[in-house]
Amino acid sequence: MVQESGPAGTGRAPQGSLAAGLSGPSPANDSGAPSGRGGGLAALRRRMPLATLLAQRLGLSLLLLWAVSVVVFLGIEALPGDFAQTYLGQSATPQAVANIRAELGLDQPALSRYLEWLGGVAQGDFGKSWASGNSVTEQIGLRLGNTLFLAFWAALVSVPLAVGLGMLAVHFRDRWPDRLINVVSLGAISLPEFFVGYILILFVAVQGGWVTFPSTVYAGMSFGQRLEAIILPCATLVLVVLAHMMRMTRAAIISVMSSPYIETAELKGLDTLRIIARHAAPNAVAPIITVVALNLAYLVVGVVVVEVVFVYPGMGQYMVDAVTVRDMPVVQACGLIFASVYILLNMTADILGILTNPRLRHPR
Amino acid sequence: MAELLEVRDLKIGATAYPPGEPPQDITIVHGVSFTLQKGKVLGLIGESGAGKSTIGLAALAYGRGGVRITGGEVLLDGEDILALGGSGIRDIRGRRVCYVAQSAAAAFNPAHRLGDQVVEAAVRHGVMSRSEAWERAKYLFGVLGLPDPDSFGRRYPHQVSGGQLQRAMTAMALCPGPELIVFDEPTTALDVTTQIDVLAAIKRAIEETHTAALYITHDLAVVAQISDDIMVLRHGNMVEYGSVQQIIEEPKEDYTRDLVSVTQTLKDEAPDQSDSLLRIDSVDAAYSGDFKVLHDVSVHLPRGQTLAVVGESGSGKSTLARVITGLLPPSRGEVIFKGAALPPEFANRNKEQLRQVQMLYQMADTAMNPRQTVRDIVGRPLTFYFGLRGAEKTRRVAELLEQIEMGKGFIDRYPAELSGGQKQRVCIARALAAEPEVILCDEPTSALDPLVAKGILKLLLRLQAETQLSYLFITHDIATVRAIADSIAVMYQGRVVRFGPKSKVLSPPFDDYTDLLLKSVPEMRLGWLEEVLTTRRMGSAGH
Repeated sequence: MVQESGPAGTGRAPQGSLAAGLSGPSPANDSGAPSGRGGGLAALRRRMPLATLLAQRLGLSLLLLWAVSVVVFLGIEALPGDFAQTYLGQSATPQAVANIRAELGLDQPALSRYLEWLGGVAQGDFGKSWASGNSVTEQIGLRLGNTLFLAFWAALVSVPLAVGLGMLAVHFRDRWPDRLINVVSLGAISLPEFFVGYILILFVAVQGGWVTFPSTVYAGMSFGQRLEAIILPCATLVLVVLAHMMRMTRAAIISVMSSPYIETAELKGLDTLRIIARHAAPNAVAPIITVVALNLAYLVVGVVVVEVVFVYPGMGQYMVDAVTVRDMPVVQACGLIFASVYILLNMTADILGILTNPRLRHPR
Repeated sequence: MAELLEVRDLKIGATAYPPGEPPQDITIVHGVSFTLQKGKVLGLIGESGAGKSTIGLAALAYGRGGVRITGGEVLLDGEDILALGGSGIRDIRGRRVCYVAQSAAAAFNPAHRLGDQVVEAAVRHGVMSRSEAWERAKYLFGVLGLPDPDSFGRRYPHQVSGGQLQRAMTAMALCPGPELIVFDEPTTALDVTTQIDVLAAIKRAIEETHTAALYITHDLAVVAQISDDIMVLRHGNMVEYGSVQQIIEEPKEDYTRDLVSVTQTLKDEAPDQSDSLLRIDSVDAAYSGDFKVLHDVSVHLPRGQTLAVVGESGSGKSTLARVITGLLPPSRGEVIFKGAALPPEFANRNKEQLRQVQMLYQMADTAMNPRQTVRDIVGRPLTFYFGLRGAEKTRRVAELLEQIEMGKGFIDRYPAELSGGQKQRVCIARALAAEPEVILCDEPTSALDPLVAKGILKLLLRLQAETQLSYLFITHDIATVRAIADSIAVMYQGRVVRFGPKSKVLSPPFDDYTDLLLKSVPEMRLGWLEEVLTTRRMGSAGH
């Protein structure tokens, strides 16, 4: 039950903040600007609440992204260990270390290195890998493609499956299909993903011999071969994210099904299917979108472990490799890209939540 | 065989889950029978828990929550709808029998346009095509007096007012052309000036479409305007069943007589005194910046008297109470208590100043901590203001419980174990515990059934006579005002439009708003609604 009520709460959070955003001019506006600007903003908000809200969300996301870049940079600054030392190993004389540091610009103050890095990032240039000397942007392009390929297929399977199972669970509420779906999905969510991964490798690949392992993909593979390669990591990801979305769908629909307007629909003599599809679904969609977006983000960001287990050449593995050799530009780039994906998906969920709210689409 | 609906020995039960005990089967309706002819209106009346809504929903073979129909027959045109299966009953709901809920605001789906929801039942049941249904909906919007009937259906529920929603809900019920409509307290949640319009619209619409109706309400004066027959219910039993004329003019049962006479004067007005205990002096107040709620409000309240503040929702009544308590400091003007101005913000008032002004709320439920016993709730101000503890505190709590006519047997009860009226009494005891001079009563009786409310009013008046308490009594109910006030302030859009002794405020010449307000209060006699509507039409024709 805690599982259900928790996400339900977060699911409504965006709507709550919307309501707060709508409820007239904010105190800051009133006390700060005596007339012109504050009044103008308030008037704008009244006339075009939707556009104003969307612009606000966009602005906040950009601000957040910038904050993340600072945190990523500072976090990596604070990491113990040094690339030059690791790189040179036994032959690390103080002079050689200093040479490499000067070559990489590590003798510059942190602020100027940050600004330089940020300037590059703003133009799509993540710098050069310290270890290989290649352009990070190029390398990441390939890796990100692989990660997105895997995430895309996992999402394509898991989202419809989760929503479908959620609706099914509501339909058979408190009867055995509902319980079965709950128990199985709870089991799947409780197992660590590497464990699920190794179990699948053991039974499906090694003993069954139905699919190949490792799931490495490389240039020159056909589309079909690629699909076949990702079957196991995809299945692992689906199992991991399915339960959360399914339970959220179930909770959201059940919460809507107890509203008075569902009673109205029942008293109109409508059949169950129409009640769920036409009267319950549109009102349950906002919390479901939120949890789906969170899980999609997880499919991209949380994929690190699964990629390592299945030896899949995606972003996650790239980042883990870079961390072991202290290849900071790569780690920074990966961190920032993961954060952007996360922010982007959450923003999308937020915006969809706003768009599905009739109060905002059709102001008084 | 002209009976459209015949209910025979209807029994309805539910399963109760008392805390800490095994579930119990309880009976809500104990064998009720009645008949309703085509085109007639039967009023079901009773206090909450009388089973009236449950009976109404049984006419659609529907049980809300865990409610089950356990016995009897509901014959619609001679066919027992309780014996029908799922698809059979779905075919009746929304086509032959429709339902109008108390809260239209909750009963409309926020995600769809009003028009789409209004025509849905008619279209889904194949009664008419989509375009025919829209035409009918527009016609019904017109009959019900909704603004701009042609485009009204394009709006969303949040874009129209509560009174308009209630009328739209009636249009939704009428659209498929049903033989019977169940109205479940359709005007209870509305302001009195809005209620009369909705009531008139409903009456006109059911007359024009020759639809039969079950009209459920707790307000006898309302049902008297619209029904042909009335059934009085109490605790799931029929008390009295007869024509509207017989019930109103010659009630046979004591309970019905009580209901009919519920609104009578309980107190004669005391003379106005020049030295006031509490004086509000040209107060302006605003929420969050510019949104001004009170404009230049000045009223005063002498010791031992009751000042009734009356007006519809949004008129600023409760805001006035917030200003007096210091929860909302006024932007201009002051609150003068015993000749000295009170600090505007409650945080700056001392304990003595806080003690002298106490509050009584509309929702006694939410005004008490559900995890505290009556002893803790009433004892808290005793400890806070007077430092009472232990046996002394218990003795004083018991004394207060005697004063509110409940007795010390209730001292260890939790709020959930009290009835609505008892909860409000405990709140009164809590206010009395501080030994205040003024109690601000914010609609303390409007959530209660009429007879229970009358008991609370009598208690308040007795306490006033004994201890010289003063009340500032906020209400939207003119009958309550008549019953208890010494002086009256009528508020409209944040201004006091009329203030003075009861006899003066309630007698002509009236200002426009007070006139409208007074004429909108349903009176317990036949033909009142027609009279008011006629005078209104003449009035508007004269302009």
